Amino acid sequence: MIFLEIIISSKTNQPIYEQITSQIKAKVMSGELKQGDPIPSMRSLAKSLHISVITVQRAYEDLQRDGFVETTVGRGSFISTGGTEFYQEERQRQAEEHLMQATEIARSSGISLEKLIELLTMFYEENE
Amino acid sequence: MEALEIKNVTKKYNNFTLDNVSFSVPQGSIMGLIGENGAGKSTLIKAVLDLVNKDSGEVDIYGKKHDRKAKEIREDVGVVFDSLHYHENLNPSQISQISALTYKNWDEKAFTNYLSAFKLNEKSKIKTMSKGMKMKLGIAIALSHKAKLLILDEPTAGLDPVARDELLDIFLDFMQDETHSILISSHITTDLEKVADYITFIHEGKVLLSKPKDELLYDYRIVRCGESDFVELKEEEGAVWRKHDYQYEVLLPTGKMLESKYTSCEMERPTIDEIMLMYIKGERS
Repeated sequence: MIFLEIIISSKTNQPIYEQITSQIKAKVMSGELKQGDPIPSMRSLAKSLHISVITVQRAYEDLQRDGFVETTVGRGSFISTGGTEFYQEERQRQAEEHLMQATEIARSSGISLEKLIELLTMFYEENE
Repeated sequence: MEALEIKNVTKKYNNFTLDNVSFSVPQGSIMGLIGENGAGKSTLIKAVLDLVNKDSGEVDIYGKKHDRKAKEIREDVGVVFDSLHYHENLNPSQISQISALTYKNWDEKAFTNYLSAFKLNEKSKIKTMSKGMKMKLGIAIALSHKAKLLILDEPTAGLDPVARDELLDIFLDFMQDETHSILISSHITTDLEKVADYITFIHEGKVLLSKPKDELLYDYRIVRCGESDFVELKEEEGAVWRKHDYQYEVLLPTGKMLESKYTSCEMERPTIDEIMLMYIKGERS
C-alpha cells in the first residue's frame, strides 16, 4: 500500500469529509495518486484518523460520485482518474469567474491590462 | 441489520421515569448516548441488559428478543461499567479462570494478548490498579468472550487524555469488524465527537434526538444575534433559543440551509456540548 498523506484538522471550518475528499482530489489532479492505486478501507482510515466510519463513508461516496474512486466489493477501493476531466473543467470555470470579476474591477477603476497580467503572473509564480 | 433495537422501553420509579425510549444501533456503528447526570443513561443501559425489570417495551439484540430466557444472546454482548464488578483482591489471571466458567466462548489466549497489549500484569490485584487500568481490564474481559456488541457506561469518565485516547484506539480496533457495534454512554462529548457515528440524546428520561453525528455537527447552526434577527429566527423549524443579557443564542437544526437567508448573522457550527446545553436550558415555541 502506498503511503497516503491525509491531514485532518478539527479546528478549521471545513467539514472532515470535505477535508478528505479535497485532499484526495488534489493528489489525483497532481498525479501523486494514479489510476488503480489502492486506498485504505473505510474502517482502517477511520481508525487511523480517529474519526467516525460514517464520515469516511460519506467522503468515499462523494469521491465515487465524482469519479475519483472506484469500490469493488471484496477487493476494496481504488483511485480512478475518470473524474479528472470534469473536475478540471469545473475548476477552470471557477477560475474564469474570479478573473472576470478582477477584470471588471480593473476596467472600472482604470487599472491597465499590463498591470493586471503582471499581478496575475506574480501571484501564480509566488505560489508555485 | 440492527445490532441493538430498543423499542418503547418504559421503566417507572417514584421520582424518575424512563419514558417510551426507542432508538437503534446499526451493525458496524458506534452510538454515543449523551445526556446530563440523572437523564436516564445508566437506567436505560440497565434496562437494555435486563438488569432492571422493564414496565413495558422490548430490546432486540442482533434481531433476537433479549429477556431472561435469552442466555445465548449474552455471549454476544460485552458490558463495561464505570467500575469493575469483581472482588478487589482478584488478579486478571484469576478472573480468566472465573470467566472460562461463565462464558461459553471464553478465549484465554485472546485475554492474555489483550492484557499484554494493554500493558496489564496478570498477577496484579485489581485494588492496585489505576482507574484507566481497570477500565482496560473490563474491556479486555468483554472482548475476550467474543462479544459483537460492546455496551459501555461512562468508560472515559475520570480518565486522563492519554488513557482516553488509548481507549478510542481500542474501540476503533474493535470496529474493524463490520458486524461489531458499540453503545457508549458518556458526558465527555469530545471523545464521542471524534468517533461516534450516531448520537442519541436523552433528557429527563426521554429521547430528545437520535441522529447521525455528522448531521448535528455539519447541518446544525448556532446564531448569536440581537432582538431584530431573533424575532425571525425563532420562527424557523425546530429553533431553540436562550436569552442572555446582551444577546440571543439560537440553535437551528436546519441552519445549513438558512445561511443564504440570513446573510447578516454569523452562523457557527455547534459542538455536541453546545447542542446539549441548548436543548436542556433553552426555550422552544
